[in-house]
Amino acid sequence: MGIIHINKVKYEYIRRDEENNVEGITTAVDGVSLAVEPGEFIAILGHNGSGKSTLAKHINAILYPSEGSVVVDGMDTQDEEHLLQIRQTAGMVFQNPDNQIIGQIVEEDVGFGPENMGVPTKEIWERVKESLKAVGMYEYRSYSPNKLSGGQKQRVSIASVIAMHPKCIILDEPTAMLDPMGRREVIRAVRALNDVEKITMILITHYMEEVIYADRVFVMDKGKVAMGGTPKEIFSRVSELRDLRLDVPQVTELAYELKCAGVPLPDGILTREELTQALQKVKKLRDPHS
Amino acid sequence: MDPRTKLLGTLVYLVSLFLFASLPVYALAAVFLIFVMILSKVPFSYMVKGLKPVLFFLVFTIMMNMFLVKGEVIWTFWKLQVTREGLRQSFYMGARLILLILGSNLMTLTTTPTRLTNAIEAVMKPLRLIKVPVHEIAMMMSIALRFIPILLDETDKIMKAQMARGADFESGNLIKKAKSMIPVLVPLFISAFRRANDLAMAMEARCYHGGKGRTQMKPLKYAGRDYIAYVVLLLYLTGLILLGKYSAELLKLLGI
Repeated sequence: MGIIHINKVKYEYIRRDEENNVEGITTAVDGVSLAVEPGEFIAILGHNGSGKSTLAKHINAILYPSEGSVVVDGMDTQDEEHLLQIRQTAGMVFQNPDNQIIGQIVEEDVGFGPENMGVPTKEIWERVKESLKAVGMYEYRSYSPNKLSGGQKQRVSIASVIAMHPKCIILDEPTAMLDPMGRREVIRAVRALNDVEKITMILITHYMEEVIYADRVFVMDKGKVAMGGTPKEIFSRVSELRDLRLDVPQVTELAYELKCAGVPLPDGILTREELTQALQKVKKLRDPHS
Repeated sequence: MDPRTKLLGTLVYLVSLFLFASLPVYALAAVFLIFVMILSKVPFSYMVKGLKPVLFFLVFTIMMNMFLVKGEVIWTFWKLQVTREGLRQSFYMGARLILLILGSNLMTLTTTPTRLTNAIEAVMKPLRLIKVPVHEIAMMMSIALRFIPILLDETDKIMKAQMARGADFESGNLIKKAKSMIPVLVPLFISAFRRANDLAMAMEARCYHGGKGRTQMKPLKYAGRDYIAYVVLLLYLTGLILLGKYSAELLKLLGI
């Protein structure tokens, strides 16, 4: 039994002119179906305007599908009754770290979710402690969020979601506004939570390097799922990705170009280590005596 | 100490300053304030610094009272007359203002804004009966406090961006300067609204649904010292009222 079922979801933005007449309809998500198993690490890729963020907001019941349905842990998101429970099951981390931190100091922000859920005071403190430790921000618990770096702020945001004990976390381009250092920090935290706590992760991004650790990758284009599969499968299809205006990781690109130039390399090389190994193999084949 | 105690204490103190206008009462109020100041361990220089911004206002009020109150003239200078009543009035006014400012400074210097917001929410709770959205007001205050530094930063950024495009914020008279702020304010407002929208979504995503069924991470709890503080406050207030009532007799006794 999967944790999230997205069933032929369609979402339309209705554009209106100044007199409130319908000017046009933009279909942001167009008939997407997805099923996510508990504990999976899913990545959704796509360039700007491909509908990936809109899709993410459906899982958290911030947006409702115009057609189709989204079921989170057996609860339909259209069901008003389950609204709070759905938001607790599927936590969400947004793009801008400044605009999602509510508390004036770190620990207060992490406590905000449990406070809303009506968790008793003593347990709130326990939850705050364990979630800040899980993202490695416990030493900063009494800092003002304004004094933290972008990566640290985003880790606090993740801790704030973990404190609600979700089964699944949706990260909507959490690294888009961060520098490379911050990006690494955040992705490391996300992977650790997926590995250790077995929290289902749905990472929405347009950085290819972040995707290689995912169990499955979906590429969205014009509101539809254009490609789906393991990172290896996806990144073997370099030319297709380019048609969707997406880059592949540098290493993969290098391997692809080498292959086009006639070097016999396997498809879908993702890391530097893989490439070195493959190249060494090639070297041995060509020159067995060295 | 519990912020509610401080808030209520400060309020009572401020009101007490306006109850009577007589020398012994102010002496008592000043002694009480000094006593609390010593207990709070706030350095005296900090307290005095708080007086600086209102210094002009203070001098102005004293002057106005000194020259404009009519009565027995004791000293004339050009067209200005200083009267006995005016002198007394200005002394009371000055003392009242100084104690007022020092008293409220003492509270803000010893309480974090978060705790103060919590206290305001707790103290205003009875107003919920007449449908005042107390929790929402407190939440708004704490969010405003959280976003002040962010918006200041942003103002700075926008000003630099506009300066890079040749905007001039320094020259010209006051009206011209005010007009030149428009290209800063418009983007600032737009971004503030965008932030508000994002924040609302983030709050909803974390199950925020108003004050109903909410628990508190840092609930306010009265400790022994708070009860002691209330008793001291009550003693002070009774003492002050008694002193105010019988101050004339007291002054006579002392022969002043």
